[in-house]
Order: sequence, then C-alpha cells, then structure tokens
Amino acid sequence: MTDTSMTLAQKRQARRLRRFDNPWINPKLMWGAGLLLGILAIGLIGRMVWNLDLVFTGSATLKLPPLGFENLRGQAGEWAYPLGTDGGGRDMLALIIIGAPNTLYVGLLASLIGMSIGIFLGFSAGFLGGRVDDIIRVGADVMITIPPLLILVVFQSAFGDVTLTMMALLIAGFVWQSPTRLIRAQVLSMKQSGYVQMAQLSGASTTHIMFREMLPNLIPYLFGSFIASVTTSVVTAVGLEVLGLGPQRIPTLGRTIYEAINAGALIQNLWWWWGIPTLLLGVMFIGLLLINLGLDEVSNPRLRKLS
Amino acid sequence: MGRIPRDYLINRLVTLVLTVLIAATIIWIIPRLSPVDPAEIALGRMAAGAGSVANSEEILAQLRSNMGIDQPLIVQYLKYISGALVFDFGLSTAAFPTPVSTLILNALPWTLGLMILSLLITFFIGNLLGALMVWDRSPKLVRVAIPAAMVFTSIPPILSGLLLMWIFAAKLQWFPLTGAYSIFVEPGWSWTFIQSVLHHGFLPALSIVVVTFGFWALGMRGLMIGVQGEDYVKLAEAKGLHPRYVLYRYMIRNAILPQITAFALKIGLLIAGQVLVERIFAYNGMGKLLYDAILNQDFPVIQGVSYVIILITALSVFLVDLLYPFIDPRIRHEANA
Repeated sequence: MTDTSMTLAQKRQARRLRRFDNPWINPKLMWGAGLLLGILAIGLIGRMVWNLDLVFTGSATLKLPPLGFENLRGQAGEWAYPLGTDGGGRDMLALIIIGAPNTLYVGLLASLIGMSIGIFLGFSAGFLGGRVDDIIRVGADVMITIPPLLILVVFQSAFGDVTLTMMALLIAGFVWQSPTRLIRAQVLSMKQSGYVQMAQLSGASTTHIMFREMLPNLIPYLFGSFIASVTTSVVTAVGLEVLGLGPQRIPTLGRTIYEAINAGALIQNLWWWWGIPTLLLGVMFIGLLLINLGLDEVSNPRLRKLS
Repeated sequence: MGRIPRDYLINRLVTLVLTVLIAATIIWIIPRLSPVDPAEIALGRMAAGAGSVANSEEILAQLRSNMGIDQPLIVQYLKYISGALVFDFGLSTAAFPTPVSTLILNALPWTLGLMILSLLITFFIGNLLGALMVWDRSPKLVRVAIPAAMVFTSIPPILSGLLLMWIFAAKLQWFPLTGAYSIFVEPGWSWTFIQSVLHHGFLPALSIVVVTFGFWALGMRGLMIGVQGEDYVKLAEAKGLHPRYVLYRYMIRNAILPQITAFALKIGLLIAGQVLVERIFAYNGMGKLLYDAILNQDFPVIQGVSYVIILITALSVFLVDLLYPFIDPRIRHEANA
C-alpha cells in the first residue's frame, strides 16, 4: 500500500497503530529515561539558577537541616539552603547540582569507551576467528573475573588524587569484557544466518556485512549492554569514592557519603547529609534498571506479553 | 557425562592460572609506576612520630634494602610472585611487625561467613520469587508486589546498608551500629558470643540480601518463561499432577540450572559490594582491613587483600565451571560436542 492511496484518517490510524506497536515506546524505558534525564536536569538547571559558590567549605552555618526540619541544636532549615548544609558548611543543593552530573559523567564516559573497545574486539573475534579469536576470548574470560574495584583501589591508593576523566578511563578498562563476549557470541550465530550468507555470496565487503547487515540487528543488545556497563561503572566509581579514593577536590555523590560516614552523620542524626546523595544514587540506579528492563522487552518479545 | 574431558579441564585451568597471574602482576606493577616511594612514606611516618630523623639518607637506604626495592625489578617480581603463591606478602607497614597473611587470616572467616550466608539466602529467595512471578497460579498480590519491590534491587548494597543502618541501628536501636561482635564478649565458642555475632551480622547480611535477590529473580523469570511452554510441563499438568508439584519438580528444577553459571559472572561484583558494606558497618572483615590499609597507605596489606579476593573470585568461577555439567547433564563440555 502506498502513502498516496491512503486518506489522511487512515494514515493517522496507521501511525497510531505503529506507535503502539513500537517496542521502543514502553513505559519502563520511558520511566527510566525520565529519571536519568531528571538527574541531568537538576545539574543543568541548577547551574543556571543556583549560586554554586555555596559548594565551598564554610560558606554557610554548619549542619543546617533541610527546610521544614530542625536539627539537634534546634536550628530550623533556611530558605537560603533549602536542602540543608553538611558538616563543613557546604550547601547540599549546590553539592548535588555539581556532584550528581559528575557521577553520571564518569559512568557514561567509562561505558562509552568500554563499549567501543567491546564492539571492536567482539567483531574482530567473531569475524576473524582463529588465533585472534582465541586471544580475545581468553583475555575477556580472564578479565571478567577480576573485580574492578580491587585493582582500582590499588591504583588510586598508589597514585593519590585523580581527575574524573582519569577515573572514567580506569573504569573503562574493566567494562569491555561483557560487551566483547556478547557481541562475539551474536556475531558467531549471525554468521550462520541466511541473510549474512546471502550477502557474502553476493560479494558484499566485510565492512558492509559488519556494519550494514549485522550491526542494526545488534542494536537492542548493544543498548542493553551499554546500560549494564553504565551501572557497573557507576557502582565502581561510587565504591571508590566511598572508600575515600577517587577525585579528592571535586564534589561527587560518593565522596559526600564518604565524608558523612566519616563525620558520624548517622549517629548525629544528620540524615540529609548522607540521605540526599543516597536517594539520588538510588534514583539513578532505578532509572538504569528500568531502561534495562525496557530494552529487554525490545530484544526479547516473549517478555512483552507478561507486563 | 561424569568425566571431565581433559581439553576442557586444561582450558579452564589455564584461564584460572592466567587470571590469578595477570591480576597479581597488575597489582604489582601499579605501585611501581607511581612516583610515591614507600621508603619515604615509612621515613615520613618515623619523622611524624619523633619530630625529626637524623641520618635520613642512611635510613632511607636501609629501608629500601629491607623492603627489597633496591634490587633489580625482575628479581623483585619473581620474589613477589613466589611469595604470593604461598600467601606471603611481607609485613604490614602500619601494624609493623605483623605479617600481612596473619591480618588476612583473621579477617577472612568473617568475610566468607557473611558472604556465604547472604548468598544462600538471596539465591533461595530470589529464585523462588522469580519463579512465582511467572507461575500462573501465584496470588495476584505476589505478581504485583514482587516487580515493584524489585525496582529497589538495582541499587548497590552500600546504599541499602546506609538506609538500614540509619533506621534499625541509629533510630530504633534494635541492632548495633558497627562491629562484628560486642566488645564486652569474649570471642570463643560460647552461646553469648554466637548470639552477639548473629546480632551484629544481621544488618550487613540484610543489606546485601535486599538488593541482590532481584538479580536472581530477574534471571529466574526469564528462564521460567522459557520452561513454561515446554511439552513436559503441559504433559505434567494434563496428567493432573498437583500444580505446586509441577512448579517445584518440573519447572523450577529445570529452569534453575543456568542460574548457577550466572552466579559465576556475578561473584566479583558481589564481593566488591560486600567489601563496601563491611566498610560502612566497620565489620571485622576484609573490607575493613582494606579500608584501614588505604588510610595508612599500607601497600603490602592493600596488595594482599586485593590478591586474596581476586583469588577467591577466580576459584569460585573455576569450580562452578567444572561442577556445572554434573548438575545439569544436558550440558556437555565443549570438547564433547
């Protein structure tokens, strides 16, 4: 059926049907993306409307509670510091505006690099086979069992302070293995499929087969794998920060929690100090999980009927 | 079935040895790339203790030869690797004359105990709930409540730990805030000590359980969907077997097997998560040891702890790989295929 032979109403109907049938538009994916965008929005809008100088130590009264609460000294929250202040007199809102995007940035950058390595190695292993495949497979198998946190702990305690980008690069060295294995397995199974053999018979080049025939089919898997490695990267980054490693002078959510625990915020009932970064990280992880579940439904249609 | 083909065994063994060797090498190389000189750290510690140090050049040279860092790198490396094989990582620099292996041996039982306990609980709960999510006879409440609860299982255990700690230890004071046992109890096999250990271990274990059962539940859900439509399940139902019998003996038993390999991939993250939980609860395990070592820049301990944890991870993966075909006869080792 061509477009011209349809009336306007028919076209609209078809579009609507297509939209409802589109697996990419499912509530889990939307909610997850919404939560992550929300965190980004806090960072972006916050930078425009809030005074970021409040992130410096001693810029406010110490340990002020959020608005509507009272701390143990009987001080009430103030409008100037709506989310309260930490033990060093830093405004929690300013800390979050700067810290939350930082944490997300490390996760995204690390997995972007990790994914690129994974795509490259996975395709090479699956496509070239032989010795190359052996080396890449054993390498991925070996690296996948090494917990990144421990190697990075050794690294950062030897080198001291690092920048956010440096930390992302280090983490990227530990998130390429799963994508490599996944892509290798998919490429191996696709190589046997009819359309790839058809393309080979009709004389298509290797790059054409890799990028035009195979890659589009891998996209849901790639996205799923990407989100999974963002989660791993953020977990690792937060883990390092909570151990007191990671960037020392740049506010991140993990570092804020580290400072709160060290200052005994739990016993002193300064719940906003550790609670707000914890909450934001929780929202971030729930968002990532929802995206992952949504992507599962895209790549595995059997799951769609369940929800 | 029954016998492990030699090729497969060699393959897995090579992977195991390579993993441990590469990890040990990385751990060894990194501090040597760093501009920080451990002898100077030790000297700095002396100076901080005594105010000033005379003959600092001689002391530095002596420290370097004590630590063995004046020898050629290849000698240092071989010494380190042969030491690591017998768990000899030298002496701790912060708790000076104590060997690193003693510190690790004291901390290891706590970590392993906590890990095995929470792992068993999560494996059981997670798989059961995952199966119930798919089973068409589970109560409505279960099918609605579990997915909702599972949303919270994406967060790392350190966050749930903080939350549980605040509610149950700081606010309600039902459980102690930190430590692995009460300082007023003599360690030993007495009932009061065991009671104290359980009381202290409950929150750390719970914070791991709450956030990891979802991983198993999710995996189980996917596997159960696959099993649901199988002919043998339909036949069992048609025979008029009790639905619960079909669920446990026909569906779960067949679906659960790949979950065991999933465990092998997950264990590294689980251990790392637990290290952090131990750190916030100041639980007397490897996590606390590692954290204290980071604070004191105690490199032998940092290296030793990292090495042992990586070794445990690699060994568990190896064992799962080897035992799996015994559990699931449908899987033949690659060499047989």
